[in-house]
Amino acid sequence: MILKELAEAIGVSGDEGGARAVVLGAVREHVDEVKVDALGNVLALKRGTGEQPLRVMVAAHMDEIGLMVTGHDGDGFLRVAAVGGIDARLLPGSFLQVGPERIPGVIGLKPVHLLREKEDQEVSKIEDLVVDVGASSKDEAKKLAPLGTYAAFTTPFRELGPTVSGKAFDDRAGCAVLVELVRGERFGFDLHAVFTVQEEVGLRGAQVAAYAIEPHCAFVLEGTIADDTPKDKDVSPTTELGKGPAITVMDRSFIADRRLVRLLTDTAQALGIPYQFKQPGIGGTDAGTIHLTREGVPSATVAVPCRYIHSPVTMLSLDDFNNTVRLMRESLSRLTRETLS
Amino acid sequence: MEVIPLLKQLTEADGIAGYEGPIRELVRQTWQPFVDEMREDKLGNLIALRRGTGPEPRPKLMLAAHMDEIGLMVTGLEKGFLRITRVGGTDRRVLLGLEVIVHGQQDMPGIVATRPPHVLPEAERKASVPWDKLFVDVGLPAEEVERLVTVGDLISIRRETVELKNRRVAGKAMDDRACVAAVTLALEQLAGVRHAWDVYAVATVQEETGLKGAMTSAYGVAPDLAVALDVTFGKHPGVPDVDAWPLGEGPTLGTGPNFHPGLVKRLKEVAEAHEIPCHMEAVPGRSGTDAWAIQVTREGVPTALVAIPLRYMHQPVETLAAQDVERAGRLLAAFIAGLEADFLDRLTWDGTAAR
Repeated sequence: MILKELAEAIGVSGDEGGARAVVLGAVREHVDEVKVDALGNVLALKRGTGEQPLRVMVAAHMDEIGLMVTGHDGDGFLRVAAVGGIDARLLPGSFLQVGPERIPGVIGLKPVHLLREKEDQEVSKIEDLVVDVGASSKDEAKKLAPLGTYAAFTTPFRELGPTVSGKAFDDRAGCAVLVELVRGERFGFDLHAVFTVQEEVGLRGAQVAAYAIEPHCAFVLEGTIADDTPKDKDVSPTTELGKGPAITVMDRSFIADRRLVRLLTDTAQALGIPYQFKQPGIGGTDAGTIHLTREGVPSATVAVPCRYIHSPVTMLSLDDFNNTVRLMRESLSRLTRETLS
Repeated sequence: MEVIPLLKQLTEADGIAGYEGPIRELVRQTWQPFVDEMREDKLGNLIALRRGTGPEPRPKLMLAAHMDEIGLMVTGLEKGFLRITRVGGTDRRVLLGLEVIVHGQQDMPGIVATRPPHVLPEAERKASVPWDKLFVDVGLPAEEVERLVTVGDLISIRRETVELKNRRVAGKAMDDRACVAAVTLALEQLAGVRHAWDVYAVATVQEETGLKGAMTSAYGVAPDLAVALDVTFGKHPGVPDVDAWPLGEGPTLGTGPNFHPGLVKRLKEVAEAHEIPCHMEAVPGRSGTDAWAIQVTREGVPTALVAIPLRYMHQPVETLAAQDVERAGRLLAAFIAGLEADFLDRLTWDGTAAR
């Protein structure tokens, strides 16, 4: 299952190789050209069947959040910093894979028995945590994991029934949707399927890819926040599992092009595909840099709702995943020059 | 036996305090080849006897290592999510993002979660999550969760035990399955060795919820001497040196009111004679182990504590050195082999016999 392979691959922002290898293997035979650019983005082109085809960029980011080794402690521990936004409350108690050899490591805290009063309510800052790979000296730690070594979570992919769990569904879920689109029939337009890098550290891969492609419009595929879990106040969940692909109208990085949003909702309504709107004003995606490229690119974002993104274990609904693929395929096949006029 | 596969097997098994069934069965099978008899008492302690070779009535030594682990329990259902509390001293600070197994009508994988940081007010984001804001998500529709899960169902931590460098091993329930492993190694080493005393190896229950198994098993066995085995704090940044011991330099021997000095002295001598590295550990009061309960059973029992240094106690990344488990096993076996039939006569307070 491509989502499983992608989720279990390792590719922290700036070191996306593990994910890139899975992506290349998955799309190579289904596209006309594929190349890897200066930042590591995978740019795949599936030419269109029409005359003077439009250039449509569809992007999903390959990078995941993780940690980087910034120092070594006297007794053989590693000091680390976050790559991308990590909720520090989640790190203690986790297992990691460190470096290209995937050395197992753990993050633990001072035991609760030894805490002074109120200390148990504090959240340790990331710079106060250490990673333990079992090294017994600073020198050994340096050899095993030199400065700059990346560390990722280890969570395996699991099927829970109507849902699945695993790490990095933000945005390996989006990558999986894109792979499915690439593996399908050709569209009228040239499909520029871009698996971007470094989204988590500033939407940077997408920026240069969009410049190179100069698309007429762009769609970004994401795994987005589902917050349909118990809460004190009755506030709108950002998105909900089981309610279908989530369409962004506005988030903190851009305002979606109304014409593309209408294409998506018209298609969904015509075909009875469930969909929801993501609560406006939350989060950001590659569309943030894509829409400002050169003189601007009309853009939209569609996401698979995922609980617990940016945590070691995320969860999504298989129905939502499949409906996202369907909504994208059907909407793209209805995309014409008229849509953008 | 290879210690790392043994540790993996013991720690990955289920056995939350009060519900030790699965681990008890595993320990029973593991100890079977090395003991003469086994029984289970009314609380679920597993009591195994290796008979000595001295003339009857033989004195009795009790070894205690607890097989229960800490865990979670369902306290309520809300929209298909599970509200939880702890069984034993489960560390709340490390639960977020943890995979668990919910033991309802069937075993279901789940995730411990809370609301994402971006929807929380600043103050909440900076504090560790309190129990009433944690929940478990099993990824099923609410009606199905209501059918499969009820209040009181147990939730265990799902963690594969992993080997790190230098034969260090990390996983859940090292406290105290590592010591069950040490006792296992000792029993294996005693096979074919003559020892004067009857040895009662006890895998105790409910240590984490109040040393309860130790109380009832010690009453039932009525030992003349007891050695409890548990874990102690391993050194790592943030833990003051006086409170912790290095990994890989051997087990510790407790010294303090909970332990009979004559017994501790004997263990120390055995360690030195057999070149088993160990450190003394000062325990000024409660040891927080089965030794505390055993010492005051019936008319009192001379007790000692052998402890294995462990990092991140009560967190699902508990880390120790496999060598230390092996050393604890060797120490026990050597101690038992050398325990003379009249040792109790020599175990005096200021020259007065213990009995």
